[in-house]
Amino acid sequence: MAKNGADILIDALLAEGVEYVFGLPGGSVIALYDALYDVPLKTILARHEQGAGHMADGYARATGKVGVCLATSGPGATNLVTAIATAYMDSAPIVAITGQVKTNLIGNDAFQEADITGITRPVTKHNYLVKDVRDLGRVVREAFHIARTGRPGPVLIDLPADVTAAALEGDVNTKLDLPGYKTFGGKGHIGQVKKMARAINAAERPVLYVGGGVIISKASEKIRELAAKANIPVTTTLMGLGVFPETQDLSLGMLGMHGTVYANYAVTNSDLLIAIGARFDDRITGRIDGFAPEAKIIHVDIDPTSIGKNVAVDVPVVGDAGMVLEQLIPLVEAKEHSEWLERVAEWKSQYPLSYQSDGDLVKPQAVVEKIDELTGGRAIIVTDVGQCQMWAAQYYRYNEPRTFLSSGGLGTMGFGLPAAIGAQFGRPDRDVFVVAGDGSLQMNIQELSTAVVNHLPVKIALLNNGYLGMVRQWQEMFYERRYSHTYLADGNPDFVKVAEAYGARGILVEKNDQVENAIKEAMKVNDGPVLIDFRTAAEENVFPMVPVGQAIDRMISGMA
Amino acid sequence: MQKHIISTLVANRPGVLARVAGLFSARGFNIDSLAVGETEQPDLSRMTIVVAGDESILEQVRKQLQKLVDVVKIQDFSNVRHVERDLVMIRVQTPPGRRSEVIELVDIFRAKVVDVGRNELIVELAGAEEKIEAFVDVVGPYGIQEMVRTGRIALARAKAEL
Repeated sequence: MAKNGADILIDALLAEGVEYVFGLPGGSVIALYDALYDVPLKTILARHEQGAGHMADGYARATGKVGVCLATSGPGATNLVTAIATAYMDSAPIVAITGQVKTNLIGNDAFQEADITGITRPVTKHNYLVKDVRDLGRVVREAFHIARTGRPGPVLIDLPADVTAAALEGDVNTKLDLPGYKTFGGKGHIGQVKKMARAINAAERPVLYVGGGVIISKASEKIRELAAKANIPVTTTLMGLGVFPETQDLSLGMLGMHGTVYANYAVTNSDLLIAIGARFDDRITGRIDGFAPEAKIIHVDIDPTSIGKNVAVDVPVVGDAGMVLEQLIPLVEAKEHSEWLERVAEWKSQYPLSYQSDGDLVKPQAVVEKIDELTGGRAIIVTDVGQCQMWAAQYYRYNEPRTFLSSGGLGTMGFGLPAAIGAQFGRPDRDVFVVAGDGSLQMNIQELSTAVVNHLPVKIALLNNGYLGMVRQWQEMFYERRYSHTYLADGNPDFVKVAEAYGARGILVEKNDQVENAIKEAMKVNDGPVLIDFRTAAEENVFPMVPVGQAIDRMISGMA
Repeated sequence: MQKHIISTLVANRPGVLARVAGLFSARGFNIDSLAVGETEQPDLSRMTIVVAGDESILEQVRKQLQKLVDVVKIQDFSNVRHVERDLVMIRVQTPPGRRSEVIELVDIFRAKVVDVGRNELIVELAGAEEKIEAFVDVVGPYGIQEMVRTGRIALARAKAEL
């Protein structure tokens, strides 16, 4: 029997090992949804396409597999754009499938038509408009291949309704045809690796600065091995949290704008900075000429465009982080670096992360610390964006890769809940916590439905301070406390009631001494989502903080 | 700012031009000229792009180009011995009695008359940038009604055998 486009697509998804498709139907994909009605793919109905996109992303980040989302043409497709851009900035592998109007209507301003390949060109690794059903098998295979190899990223397939319906006589062609595609995913140039080893062996004050690339490359163990062998302290980016256990002495935690004082001091005073799978983002470097001013810089990255983009690099190495580390470690001499580690230890004891308790007030940092304690550092923490994100990064001690999921590059508010849903589907064995703010939670709060319907025990720790907190903090510090349009509390709903209205559990916490019990209570629930509305100190700030445009050792600390 | 001639071999597919052009426009670069055509392999096209820009930003653009799935190969001819050509067609006014003067200039420049009207000629000229500019300069006074250029194309010279 001849197969039509929908059959070919579904066969291809199954062949790629896809378990879940997160999406929302619409006119141009009715036939596709009809075909999905009775196949062994689990199709998850999101309540907004952006939610579907973040679910695919959260699934991908939690599992390392490719996440798949599906939307109809026009507004369905444009609603995916933020989620696609989010995945693109953080190198998350997703395949987004969009319906399109029939090929003979393309370009005619047809109902629900949008040029989605044009719109997503700058925020996808690659995209396709499939105009002939004979290309479909190959395109789906290429899309997954491109999404997951090299530096991963989102790939979009735009599928006109008549191509979905078209019958294909003969065999489906699934042969990759990518003469121009380069992954750069191999070993490093051996000469460069040797240079790297020489620099490490000669260094007296080295620091490892590692990012999300290490997680993608599954190279966390090798970072640990290298750090242990040569006694090199390790700092991670936001995306790199979990690469190195923060409970170890060599851990410096996160660096940058809201990094630890000791990480920033260590980088500033280092004589060798070994960057692996990180990209010298402006939130990391602060003022460029004050960033690691005394250090030689080594940069290992799979993406040649990341190297030398923001800072001049002394030893560039293009390749897969894990493979380069494997080449490197035997060439690195065991070292003590005791003098350097003593200085680092001194900074650590002198400038620990800290906040002040204040009577009954619920401190957001204390909430995150309590979650850490009660989950034994084993939960998957998914964050929204802003203050909640930074507190989640600072006060939970991450031990494993893929346990901190956050929109780092794009900084997408509304990422948390849907990404946590995707993560919980991918990792049913783990506690999944969303650390959200009242601003960002409301950007995709409709996905509570998705969590309820699918009995997902996602825990939402809502750090409810009644403000767009990070912007308010900047207004307080740099705009003379003129809180222009950042106050939310007068319009906020009763979140406990909202949760209950969706069929979820809701718990209100107004006092410090209720925090522990509320989290324990939430952790007992395993058949649906729980929202804990922590009414936190309204004007709490994230510290330390490097003001924009300053060197990273110029931190403002909150403690008098 | 130095002008760069960037030659790229790309998949001959819809949308490739927009991807390539997008990398320049996203960084606010103006493309001075762009020539696209099929190559000896029909599934590949060659794009020759002339662009002026800061070296460090162009370095980033070259790497980004390399990263595009549809780009097979890329070469910057700035520091490579190469041959370059640009083809121009110019509609020149030839008022009665002055046609032969224009034809004289055409001969000097080894250009070619490809169309003749009562009061105009279309002249075709191929060559490097300076030659074309010089020709435009000398026929200018007669009145240039229209002009079209292909944009520069270039190929690397054979490697010298030692």
